[in-house]
Amino acid sequence: MTDNGTSVVKLVDVHKIYRSGEMEVHAVRGVSLEIARGEFVALMGASGSGKSTLMNVLGCLDRPTSGRYLLDGHDVSHLSRDQLADIRNQKLGFVFQNFNLLPRTSARENVELPLLYGKHHLSNAQLRERADRVLDSVGLHGREEHHPSQLSGGQQQRVAIARALINNPEVLLADEPTGNLDSHTSVEIMGIFQELNDRGITIIMVTHEADIAAFARRNVIMRDGLVRSDRAVSKRLIASQEVGKIAPVDDMVQPLG
Amino acid sequence: MRLGSTFKVAFRALRRNKLRSALTALGIIIGVGAVIAMVGIGSGAKAQVEAQIASLGENVILVFSGSTTASGIRTGWGGAGTLKIEDAEAIRREVPGVSAVSEEVPSNTQIAAGNQNWFTRVLGESADYFDIRQWPLAEGAPFTPQDVRSANKVCIIGKTTASQIFGNDDPIGQTLRIKNVPFSVLGVLIPKGLSAQGLDQDDVVIMPYTSAMKRVSGGTTLRNINIQVANASDLEPAQQQIIALLRQRHNIRPGRDDDFTVRNQQEIAQAATATTEVMTGLLGAIAGVSLVVGGIGIMNIMLVSVTERTREIGTRMAVGAHGRDILTQFLIEAVSLSAVGGLLGIILGIAASKILSVWKDWPSLISPSSIIIAFMVSAAVGIFFGFYPARTASRLDPIDALRYE
Repeated sequence: MTDNGTSVVKLVDVHKIYRSGEMEVHAVRGVSLEIARGEFVALMGASGSGKSTLMNVLGCLDRPTSGRYLLDGHDVSHLSRDQLADIRNQKLGFVFQNFNLLPRTSARENVELPLLYGKHHLSNAQLRERADRVLDSVGLHGREEHHPSQLSGGQQQRVAIARALINNPEVLLADEPTGNLDSHTSVEIMGIFQELNDRGITIIMVTHEADIAAFARRNVIMRDGLVRSDRAVSKRLIASQEVGKIAPVDDMVQPLG
Repeated sequence: MRLGSTFKVAFRALRRNKLRSALTALGIIIGVGAVIAMVGIGSGAKAQVEAQIASLGENVILVFSGSTTASGIRTGWGGAGTLKIEDAEAIRREVPGVSAVSEEVPSNTQIAAGNQNWFTRVLGESADYFDIRQWPLAEGAPFTPQDVRSANKVCIIGKTTASQIFGNDDPIGQTLRIKNVPFSVLGVLIPKGLSAQGLDQDDVVIMPYTSAMKRVSGGTTLRNINIQVANASDLEPAQQQIIALLRQRHNIRPGRDDDFTVRNQQEIAQAATATTEVMTGLLGAIAGVSLVVGGIGIMNIMLVSVTERTREIGTRMAVGAHGRDILTQFLIEAVSLSAVGGLLGIILGIAASKILSVWKDWPSLISPSSIIIAFMVSAAVGIFFGFYPARTASRLDPIDALRYE
């Protein structure tokens, strides 16, 4: 089942058809895509283009109706619900538009969450040590005890990124990660993504904003369930340079709770 | 297995909603507390009645004069005059296993001493009476079989009678006038308290039954005979033989009703405790309803919680939770609430019944079995009412759950 070692994601003629009552929605109509280790791909398209459906398939939240999906060389197209859950836990990290942090729960406990569903049982001390290390790496040292309501949007998204990274995933999947953030904070988050990517982490990011997609290395544009354009980013933006150009809306650190 | 982690997850979720968790558990606390307290009070009442029955004496058979086909012992106090002294003597002589017999001649009359008088119950008995009733004297000495044979003018009085007539004076050796006949007080009984029927058992004068017949009631028949057998195993056969003996002595032909009633202590106890058993059952059932209401409260909260936490469930599934992990988490949450509620409810129930027993003077009896059953039931309530919401949560589709607003 193993493919060539450089492709971490390989889609072969993937279709996804939804049935809602009598209606059949052909959301993805045959997408073949290869993403190599260490790439930073922005998946773009208008709403209804099939990018979200493709993202669900890539994130092992959904199975393709037909076609093959090789993740890290293993075919995951026909795995059971529980097997997919284990794949998500071990090989994938998710970052969502609305952060999806557990409310009234400290940043540390939010980051520990994937470890609780992992194969290995860790002691409280081990959980804490690993969570704090990852929180530190996204610049949240000293905020381990803060609840989401006490953190700014950018900080909440950093917690979510830390949660996605805790199991050292093969691929980081981000679904509109800057959709709920102002432009200054968005660039900061892109800075974190670029930094992670420079360290070798593969990132697939869904966005409809061209200026956010410009931080990626490769842009894949979908329309009507098909890939219409797939090209490397020519004038790539570097977040560390851009961040100075946008004035912060406010101080960003604005505890609410 | 990652059950340990699931416990951690569930406890963290409960801790996040402290107030809600506490209020949900409160339903179970009250339900279990009510069951424990109500059953405790019911059992206490039953134990009290049983203790009163036991105060009649051990292995006692009572023979009442007069036929009672109607229910109950009390209507049997007829005094139809069918029991004779010779009947009692025949029982004493002929029925094996009988260890003591006391002929009873009761009457209610005015008694006096000095310038005091008092209306009380006067019992004529044999000298065995104090053994049968297991009723020792606080002071003085009982009358003897010789006093009975000679119909001597002696008596033993109860604590209530003593204080009503003699106040703080020592009654021993004093003279009590009953129907203008002077009786010498030989002794005072220890207090026995209220009977199962609520009568003050200490408001009494006890004298030889011969004296009672001759000088107080004027009759020649016995109203009842108190009989004690040596061993509990003799109770049934002795009772049968007494019936046969009395039928023969009274010339009752086969097929005719007895002109006397024989009851043993177990029958009396059963009749008396039947009411309290019904009461215990009723109280327990009412309390059980509140436990079920508490369970429905848990189900309600868990269902609301599943809806409210749909995105959370989606997030958990996205980071690798299996459906089973979610199911277990919600079940643990429900069972923890009900189990903690159950434990606190047991404490509350014990406290409530103790307070009631002190404040209202209701006896309460909390058995270990009722505590264990209450706890098991509360845990079962958690599983039963937690399962449906937990299963609903575990079957959510992660994509839909993540998008849920």
